[in-house]
Amino acid sequence: MKLLAYLRSLTAKFFHHSEIAEDMNEELASHIQHRADDLERSGLDHAEAERRARIEFGGQEKFKEESYQALGGTFIETFVQDVRFGLRMLRKSPSFTTVAVVTLALAIGANAVVFGVLDALILRSLRVPQSESLYGTVYGADPGFQSYPNYVDLRDRNRSFEDLAAFNFAFVGLDTGNDPTIASGFATTGNYFDVLRIQPYLGRFFGSSDEHGPNSAPYLVLSYAYWHSRFQDDRSVIGRTIQLNKHPYTIIGVAPPDFRGTLLFVSPDFFMPIVNQEQTDAQNSLTNRSNTNSIFEAIGHLKPGVTPAQAVADLDAVSAYLEKAYPQEFAKKSSTLARAGLTSFGDDVRAFVAGLMLLAGLILLAACANLGGLFAARAADRSREVALRLALGSSRQRILRQLLTEAVLIAMAGGAVGLMGSIALLRKMSIWQPFAGAPVHVPVSPDAKIYVVAFVLALMSGLLFGIVPIRQVLRANPYEIVKAGSSGRVGRRITVRDVLLATQIAICAVLVTASLVALRGLARSLQSNFGFEPQNAMLVGTNLRMAGYSGDQVPIMQKRMIEAMGTIPGVEAVGLVNNYPPLVYAAGSRTNIFKEETTDLKPSNVALRPYKYDVSPEYFHAAGTALLAGRDLSWHDDKDAPRVAIVNREFANKMFGSVANAVGRYYKIQDGTRVQVVGVIEDGKYMSLTEDPEPAIFPTFQQSPTSSSNLVVRSNRDPQQLGAAVRSQLRSLDAGLPVDTATWNRQLDVALFPARVATASLGVLGLMGAILSITGVFGMAAYSVSKRLRELGIRIALGGQRREVLQAALGRAFRLLACGSMAGLLLGILASRVLAFIVYQATPRDPLVLTGVVLAMALLGLLATWIPAQRALSVNPLILLREE
Amino acid sequence: MVDQAQILPGTLDLLILKAVSLGPLHGYGVLLRIGQISGSALLIEQGALYPALFRLVRQGLLKASWGTSENNRRAKFYELTTPGRKRLREETEGWNRLATAIGSALAAEPEEI
Repeated sequence: MKLLAYLRSLTAKFFHHSEIAEDMNEELASHIQHRADDLERSGLDHAEAERRARIEFGGQEKFKEESYQALGGTFIETFVQDVRFGLRMLRKSPSFTTVAVVTLALAIGANAVVFGVLDALILRSLRVPQSESLYGTVYGADPGFQSYPNYVDLRDRNRSFEDLAAFNFAFVGLDTGNDPTIASGFATTGNYFDVLRIQPYLGRFFGSSDEHGPNSAPYLVLSYAYWHSRFQDDRSVIGRTIQLNKHPYTIIGVAPPDFRGTLLFVSPDFFMPIVNQEQTDAQNSLTNRSNTNSIFEAIGHLKPGVTPAQAVADLDAVSAYLEKAYPQEFAKKSSTLARAGLTSFGDDVRAFVAGLMLLAGLILLAACANLGGLFAARAADRSREVALRLALGSSRQRILRQLLTEAVLIAMAGGAVGLMGSIALLRKMSIWQPFAGAPVHVPVSPDAKIYVVAFVLALMSGLLFGIVPIRQVLRANPYEIVKAGSSGRVGRRITVRDVLLATQIAICAVLVTASLVALRGLARSLQSNFGFEPQNAMLVGTNLRMAGYSGDQVPIMQKRMIEAMGTIPGVEAVGLVNNYPPLVYAAGSRTNIFKEETTDLKPSNVALRPYKYDVSPEYFHAAGTALLAGRDLSWHDDKDAPRVAIVNREFANKMFGSVANAVGRYYKIQDGTRVQVVGVIEDGKYMSLTEDPEPAIFPTFQQSPTSSSNLVVRSNRDPQQLGAAVRSQLRSLDAGLPVDTATWNRQLDVALFPARVATASLGVLGLMGAILSITGVFGMAAYSVSKRLRELGIRIALGGQRREVLQAALGRAFRLLACGSMAGLLLGILASRVLAFIVYQATPRDPLVLTGVVLAMALLGLLATWIPAQRALSVNPLILLREE
Repeated sequence: MVDQAQILPGTLDLLILKAVSLGPLHGYGVLLRIGQISGSALLIEQGALYPALFRLVRQGLLKASWGTSENNRRAKFYELTTPGRKRLREETEGWNRLATAIGSALAAEPEEI
């Protein structure tokens, strides 16, 4: 009954808003009339009676408002009113609104972007069902690298995983008729798709039942993206036979669109059964237990109730068994589990994104401090309006509600703009392929979560900076303000606004420090010595298996290719390296090396595990690597000659004590062969720019031929022309051979990618911090100048010097800037440990960085106070004093 | 003006219900009636009456309709609804209990303890 009445009153109010107001007016008027009639009867004249009646009644508007509230449902009503009023107020000061919205849009946008990345990379790295129980296995320092027989034992002997699948990379020449091109994909175990619990988009997946020993399953599953780009969404490809490295394979299915393999950042073109990789790669990968390159990662769902810790113990037990059973081929390493997809990048990526999130949060905090200051200043400017409203009977609660509504309105607008920007950016990022030719992408896809996050952030920050002026409003004394005007006092004491500004500047200084540290780190890693000269070097990638070469044909053809390159005009030197040269695709592999005198070649007796690159004579000349001692490899070091190799300085020092000692000495490889060191070269970088000096050996490629190789062609010619010449030369040798040409510098981009991304993101955040501190200081300085214009005018009129006027006008802003910057710098230095996670050799104690930060902050301060200072100096005391 | 008491919070509604229970009244009439039945001992701010009236209408305790007053002016008349009558009865009982209790408490003499 009550509820019904309430609802009726509510709806009545909603639909008959003006009627109710009229009704109320009429009723109150009638009341006053009746009272006036009474008073008139008691002897007052008509006009006086009406006046008295109105006075006796009290504040009509106030009671009307209260009556209106008594009707119920005023919350929405008031809210709509507040919003309308707020919009009107904001429209009246467009510059304030714009500054506030843009500031927040930047801050919330930055947070949304970082959150989008965080969400994509860490919260749901793989788009597969129940990914939370999906784990990848990690052995020792090398994430997941295992041999196929080890994987099979692991799969069959563990008691923790429901099933264990594994995959490896596969780079092949894919020929649909007469167009061999290089495609990269995953070679997977048969149970791969079953373990991942995904369904094909088209056709079918291969399964365990398709595996019947080596090369028994010539089936191919395409990724959706590759099907789209290479086969133009042609549904009839299912059942078609194509050539992989000249072997026939049948396309049996297409993977769903959102499935991009099980490794972050990498999107494979296709999936082929790992049992067939022997055919395409010509490696005896299925039976060789010591070949730890045949499985990249094993993944599986943990059984219900099994914790990761229990699973690790289980894996260690299997390792212990394997070590006992195969002491020659298996070295036990401690196992760990990692979130599937992140195993090989895991901690670095996570730390980096977490660090970014932290910095983005700081940006938002700084923006809130900035806007809080702006709102406080605005509230001070509006104190007369607020005082009038208070005097007219408005409640303080109502005024605060109004101010908060305004703040939240701004926050929402800023949030909306920021969100739109960040979604556009994330969309761009998701289709961005940083490296042509490499299947690398950043798998972000903004979804509903990001909207929620942006909304919550906007709401929170709106409330946060909205409550800053509350104390000010609550303390306001309407009578004082209306009487004295809004000029107010300029206090010497520290206000909330000062604290806010100093905090904000400190935060911004931290951000500026971080970005400078990152820049410096990048510069340093670019300047470091790679151990080769990437400038003017072209890499020509080929895989002779893709054109059907095998056995002895391979080195013969490779030698012909080297000779063909040498005939191109302008080419200074040509060398060949098996697989990839250093720092390209992080593709180096290590090998076990024993001392010459070691006879029991078991894993625990390994002397060193250097990187191994099989190279041709002249390779070092082509690569620009200095020979420190001994001789280069020669064409006479062929497969019939004694085994020889060149080693780097680090290897020579560790193995033989010194460079001079190394030449002529021997080491042993896994199969017991003695290899003589004939030369020593300088150290270099092999896997990443941030690594410590690593040992490396360079045996001659003629003694271990591999079909996949890169030619290094050194020439001053324009890379475009050179590339064309190289391709036409190779085409005349064999038209069916897919060729990949790129400058070495371009390929280095991959190695530099993390550092570049880190620097770019920190740089952007630092820039945003700088912008925020400029707007903050500018707002504060401009405000204080405008407040004290009269005082400044008097100072000038009394003969104050420019310096003194500036001191009075901006001294405070500068002091705050100095305090804030110092605090920020100190914090930045303290945060160096956090930064070290993100950037290479992050040390903010670097004098260059320190001076950089101080200079940058001073410059920002100068920039931000320039306009207010001009205004203060151009004060014309005459006009000013007359106006007041 | 005689010495007037500020009314206790929450009693205005009860007074209005009582006043209206004696016959339909317009707002100003409610004010006069309360003055009359309380012997002009209670002070009610004129405007403050209306939020209370609106609240009682919203709660369904009063109903309102426009009519013509004794002065021949248009006025909105309030009368008690059935729930209003019930509420008045309950509140009156409650008030009486409270008044008796407080009265006897305040009348207590040292020898009674």
